[in-house]
Amino acid sequence: MADFFSNTGLGIALVIVGQILLVLVPLLVALAFLMYMDRKVWAAVQMRRGPNVVGVFGVLQSFADFLKYIVKEVVFPAGADKAVFLLAPMISLVMAFIAWAVIPFNDGWVISDINVAILYVFAISSLEVYGVIMGGWASNSKYPFLGSLRSAAQMISYEVSIGLIIIGVIISTGSMNLTDIVHAQDGAGLLSWYWLPHFPMVFLFFISALAETNRPPFDLPEAESELVAGYQVEYSATPFLLFMIGELTAVVLMCALVSLLFFGGWLSPIPGLPDGILWMVAKMVFFFFIFAMVKAITPRYRYDQLMRLGWKVFLPFSLVWVVFVSFAAKFGWFWGVFTRWTTGV
Amino acid sequence: MTVFAFYLFSLSAIVGGLFTVISRNPVHSVLWLILAFLSSAGLFVLLGAEFVAMLLVIVYVGAVAVLFLFVVMMLDVDFAELRAGMAKYMPLALLIGLVFQMELGMAFGVWETSELAASQLTAPVPADMQNTAALGVLIYDRYFLLFQLAGLILLVAMIGAIVLTLRHRTDVKRQNVLAQMWRDPAKALELKDVKPGQGL
Repeated sequence: MADFFSNTGLGIALVIVGQILLVLVPLLVALAFLMYMDRKVWAAVQMRRGPNVVGVFGVLQSFADFLKYIVKEVVFPAGADKAVFLLAPMISLVMAFIAWAVIPFNDGWVISDINVAILYVFAISSLEVYGVIMGGWASNSKYPFLGSLRSAAQMISYEVSIGLIIIGVIISTGSMNLTDIVHAQDGAGLLSWYWLPHFPMVFLFFISALAETNRPPFDLPEAESELVAGYQVEYSATPFLLFMIGELTAVVLMCALVSLLFFGGWLSPIPGLPDGILWMVAKMVFFFFIFAMVKAITPRYRYDQLMRLGWKVFLPFSLVWVVFVSFAAKFGWFWGVFTRWTTGV
Repeated sequence: MTVFAFYLFSLSAIVGGLFTVISRNPVHSVLWLILAFLSSAGLFVLLGAEFVAMLLVIVYVGAVAVLFLFVVMMLDVDFAELRAGMAKYMPLALLIGLVFQMELGMAFGVWETSELAASQLTAPVPADMQNTAALGVLIYDRYFLLFQLAGLILLVAMIGAIVLTLRHRTDVKRQNVLAQMWRDPAKALELKDVKPGQGL
């Protein structure tokens, strides 16, 4: 039996499919509850009740929404480019999910442990913009088109600063493998994680992540008050649901990235306590909570302010930081906290 | 398995390239071009050059093609008009294509593949070094000056483009963000007690 799964082509393929399901199914179920949590947090800040009808305290609300979306009719706008119109939400969903292939949840719990994992996540998150652009264009309507143009500019701008921040972490670690990046943060618990040496970059990364995933206060692509709902206006039923799931998955992915890059992934904050997947999940839920709080308490940015922030503040700052980290890592400044090279040069 | 993946990626690269050319809608052309890029990235992965593959996806698909798409969606080009001369130039294009095909065929006909080349199809990098590190040694060690020179040329090109398009217009109002942020509320606002029926 073991021979079948490790040597034959069919067996290996089955194992891979099993691993993928093992990641995707819990992720999808978790998404339903995270969606509920998002709405509950938002409601609590605004002193509303939020969803409270379906199930106990409304916990099954997301499943009810899911059923509602999939039984509704898909409406195609007149003059829409049907193929691209349907392709856009699929791309949005698929891109959000395939990035999870390289995310380690525990030591060795990763579908594909590749050398360039962090670059892979970065590449995939830069592809997510296509769902938005194609959806906006194929709808053949003004507001979606304006929303998609905004989105293209916004996501490309903030990718640049995210890339530079990631380069800082890569230089500190000497590897692009996410497992190596977490191992490099092992040591004195909370204090040896990268948030301390890379302190200002944690905030820059988090804010760039908000912009990259089109979350408030940077939700300009969908800005309800100006563009109705941006690129999603013409979408209904299942394609709309795919967009929603794709967006939320991208947000959870960013939470996972923040935990892995700066907060030690599955490592426990207190030396002595066992490391494990529970820490990883706890950190992701915590950062998702922060995402939800930011959504509730910040007003939307103006578009030119958003662009100015990205290009004139974040980009120069993260560029200078890369130079600083390079020197600090090379010459072992600050008692070598920037030099955590675990793998060979 | 590798062979299957190779043919899959090559086929989709070729199909993508073909439809980039023959597709009627320019936006569709760009989307097919993106498929071709992604397939080439897949081919790089098969070669063991995963770093180059990721760079291809990040730079070409994630940035360059987005800008292409951006421009093509915004431009109002009448492609029917551009295609009007197609029939006139077709024989010439076919002739050139035929010549290329024959040259390629002749070159390939006398091609001899050595055993060594065939064995190195999937392993161009030394086994003791990750290919990111191998590329780093090449670029920042052996060919350092050439690489810096290439970067300098790009910088000059960028500055040139900025200088060419930079205009100082005096007839438009501009925002000075710093001045706006440093404004003192006490000086910006003046409260006046207006008596009813009198005005200021």
